[in-house]
Amino acid sequence: MRSKGQIEHDETDVADPRELEFQALIDSDQRIEPRDWMPDGYRKSLIRQIAQHAHSEIVGMQPEGNWITRAPSLRRKAILMAKVQDEAGHGLYLYCAAETLGVDRSELIDLLDQGRQKYSSIFNYPTLTWADVGAIGWLVDGAAITNQIPLCRCSFGPYARAMVRVCKEESFHQRQGFESLYALSHGTTEQHAMAQDAVNRWWWPSVEMLGPPDTESTHSAQSMAWGIKRFSNDELRQRFIDMVAPQAVVLGLTPPDPELRWNEERGHYDFGKPDFEELRRVVGGDGPCNRQRAAHHLKAQEDGAWVRAAAAAYATKHPAASAAA
Amino acid sequence: MSEETPAPLWEVFIRSKRGLAHNHVGSLHAPDAEMALRNARDVYTRRMEGVSIWVVPSAMITASSPDEKDSFFDPAADKPYRHPTFYSIPKEVQQL
Repeated sequence: MRSKGQIEHDETDVADPRELEFQALIDSDQRIEPRDWMPDGYRKSLIRQIAQHAHSEIVGMQPEGNWITRAPSLRRKAILMAKVQDEAGHGLYLYCAAETLGVDRSELIDLLDQGRQKYSSIFNYPTLTWADVGAIGWLVDGAAITNQIPLCRCSFGPYARAMVRVCKEESFHQRQGFESLYALSHGTTEQHAMAQDAVNRWWWPSVEMLGPPDTESTHSAQSMAWGIKRFSNDELRQRFIDMVAPQAVVLGLTPPDPELRWNEERGHYDFGKPDFEELRRVVGGDGPCNRQRAAHHLKAQEDGAWVRAAAAAYATKHPAASAAA
Repeated sequence: MSEETPAPLWEVFIRSKRGLAHNHVGSLHAPDAEMALRNARDVYTRRMEGVSIWVVPSAMITASSPDEKDSFFDPAADKPYRHPTFYSIPKEVQQL
């Protein structure tokens, strides 16, 4: 009997006993740990996915960080700073998980800066008004949570454990966004209009960020067999829509999708077709802010070089402090 | 930027509250132990998740090899008499 993990392997692939043992662990819902034997494809696939996820957290600080100095109150400012700090933390949990697969964080960061690894398409959209910060929390973090909750059961132990921490913290992100949008939506006419405008702009990119449709998704089948992915992009998209559609009613805001309506028969919301051509364009580098995000990340790396050099020089000069505490 | 030598890797262990042991939570890079501790505080205890932190250079950890895990842990596999459930006790004895 062929195990599930080999569906895309070529037929010449003589069953390696280690591969059978590996797949047996996954099929019995156990976790793979860093020093276990694993197929090269599994390792590469995970490095690609975890790195992209980590980069998304790091680049994701930019659109929101843009509003820290202009948050409308001290309360909102403290919340936003805590959230952006969390994104940095999430990036670090994820780089740490990737490193257990035998890569170094600095290699991954170089690959990002060389444009050879990607981050989520969503962070290539600009944050034009304060309401965008709320819309990001509600929609973007909502979509991220939908994607991340199943990853807490991912077959690779360090990734799954990092996702547990991330998910715990993300729920604050989504709630603060909802609360902020709710306040605007129930504020003055201008504030309401600003909230509606933000939802108009962030709705479709959030629906699209869950990935291309299943018919075009290149990595899905193998990732499912390996227990990296548990639900398809379209399943996650439906789940996301089902979650936020009724919340929009409570917010008093209208999603920019005339086809969005409850389908009693399916037990799900129907919705319009996302513009996957736009998704492809933005992922390919041609979104509104791709160049700005990349340049800013590179600049932050370069601007921080002297701090890292100073810390390294201090550690060399004071070896006592480097000895195990 | 590629010319920089990456700072060493540290494993982080956190005692979540008094009475519990330190648990492994992840790793991070830092040039020395003191900065590793401070970074660990910022990365792993933003919500009061700990009352004490250990950082250990990753290179200092010796681990058992997963390749020989069967033979390595074998000695315990055939000794069920090390568990209390191995022993049958007359019903009259309510607690033992």
